[in-house]
Amino acid sequence: MSEEYIYAVARIRGKELSLLNGQFMDSLIAAKNYQECLRLLSDHGWDAGEGDAPEVLLKKERDKTWQFISELVPDMSVFDVFLYANDYHNLKAAVKQVVDTSEHTGIYAEKDQCTIDPKQIQKAIQDRDYQLLPEDMQAVAKEALDVLLHTGDGQLCDVIIDKAALEKIYESGKKSKSDIMKLYGELTVASADIKTAIRACRTGKDKQFLERALVKCESLDISRLADAAVDSLDSIYEYLERTSYSDAIPEIKKSPSAFERWCDNRIIESIRPQIHNPFTIGPLAAYILARENEIKTVRIILSGKINDLAEESVRERVREMYV
Amino acid sequence: MENLGLFFAILGAALAALLAGAGSAKGTGMTGQAAAGVVTDDPSQFGHVLVLQLLPGTQGIYGLLVAFIALQNLGVISGNIQDISLLKGLSYLAACLPIAIVGYISAINQAKTAVASIALAAKRPDQFGKSMIFPSMVETYAILALLISFLALNGVSSLTF
Repeated sequence: MSEEYIYAVARIRGKELSLLNGQFMDSLIAAKNYQECLRLLSDHGWDAGEGDAPEVLLKKERDKTWQFISELVPDMSVFDVFLYANDYHNLKAAVKQVVDTSEHTGIYAEKDQCTIDPKQIQKAIQDRDYQLLPEDMQAVAKEALDVLLHTGDGQLCDVIIDKAALEKIYESGKKSKSDIMKLYGELTVASADIKTAIRACRTGKDKQFLERALVKCESLDISRLADAAVDSLDSIYEYLERTSYSDAIPEIKKSPSAFERWCDNRIIESIRPQIHNPFTIGPLAAYILARENEIKTVRIILSGKINDLAEESVRERVREMYV
Repeated sequence: MENLGLFFAILGAALAALLAGAGSAKGTGMTGQAAAGVVTDDPSQFGHVLVLQLLPGTQGIYGLLVAFIALQNLGVISGNIQDISLLKGLSYLAACLPIAIVGYISAINQAKTAVASIALAAKRPDQFGKSMIFPSMVETYAILALLISFLALNGVSSLTF
């Protein structure tokens, strides 16, 4: 029901005023050093303590976003589509940990950023007790672990899990009543398919690999994309020219990071009409995506400051802002 | 069956109060949620959003006014109930319908516009005056319906059949 989220959307409208805009990002890029960036962020309402490491600062902001959204929405499962990628990332980490037994810290996504407790995934994989996992993850987990144990092919293991993650995101988006979730699912899968096709073409993978890796979506014909990827990069560009992703071609030609940026910008452009939508869950979902985009961009800028990267090089990676 | 005329006349008054009132109740509920959302983060906006919240409440008042005039003409309020013909009773019903139906529809649509305007006022408090205009436009049609119901009631009360 569109009227269910009136209160929540009204609160989001207020919060949108404190989102970072392009002008602020320019001043952040122009800041003399990391400490000045922290000061600017702190002045803008970010919880930036002096000497905070980027990850600490960004985690605090991400937690703030989800805490705020949880105050507004009684059933947070409507946003699971944004968290499935973390679940499958954790599955990948757990599977690889079975083979690589050395101690690793911080390889799992935080529990509050997932729909399944990472420890549960870890236990399921270690004990081969797949019943602990959700039904649609059980077969994937078993297949990925078997492949890794029997062939030692880490890439194939990644392909199996990544494909399952994308299928889950796509299905979940499609099932959602919200157009913005559908769009998110579609764009996430399409951009991943394009990335896979480009990478496979550059590394000379065969069609069998592509068929295994590409995920079905509405805006791309994966069979034609796979054929093009087997042929040449030009064939991929030729195919994309006839799709709604034609404006991505110059970015793909530039660099993988330029294409990543284009994908993020495309999502932000697509959700921007939500700024004027007073009803539905759309503006809430858009706010979450806008905050994630903001956090990603601040991370890029802060990393640039820490590593003394040239201003222009950082600017090339900065995403478009929602407001 | 001989009081069927009175029944229809009172049904008209009831519909005017009921439908327009229901529309306003739903409308002010919607705008109230939006207003509360804005005031949660910025209490200084209370005055602005309160005005916008109340806008869809007027249809309920118009419905009440028409119902009151109809009941007064019928003598229900004074306790001196008139015996009226079926045709006159149906005429009372017809006279009440404009505000009943238009009141309900306009209250809900005005509420949707007011919710959008509350968001506008929250983001740009300096544009509060403009944000008032959009939902006020919807009010025009509730006022026109009120006018027609009012004129029709006056005409019906003077009918002699």
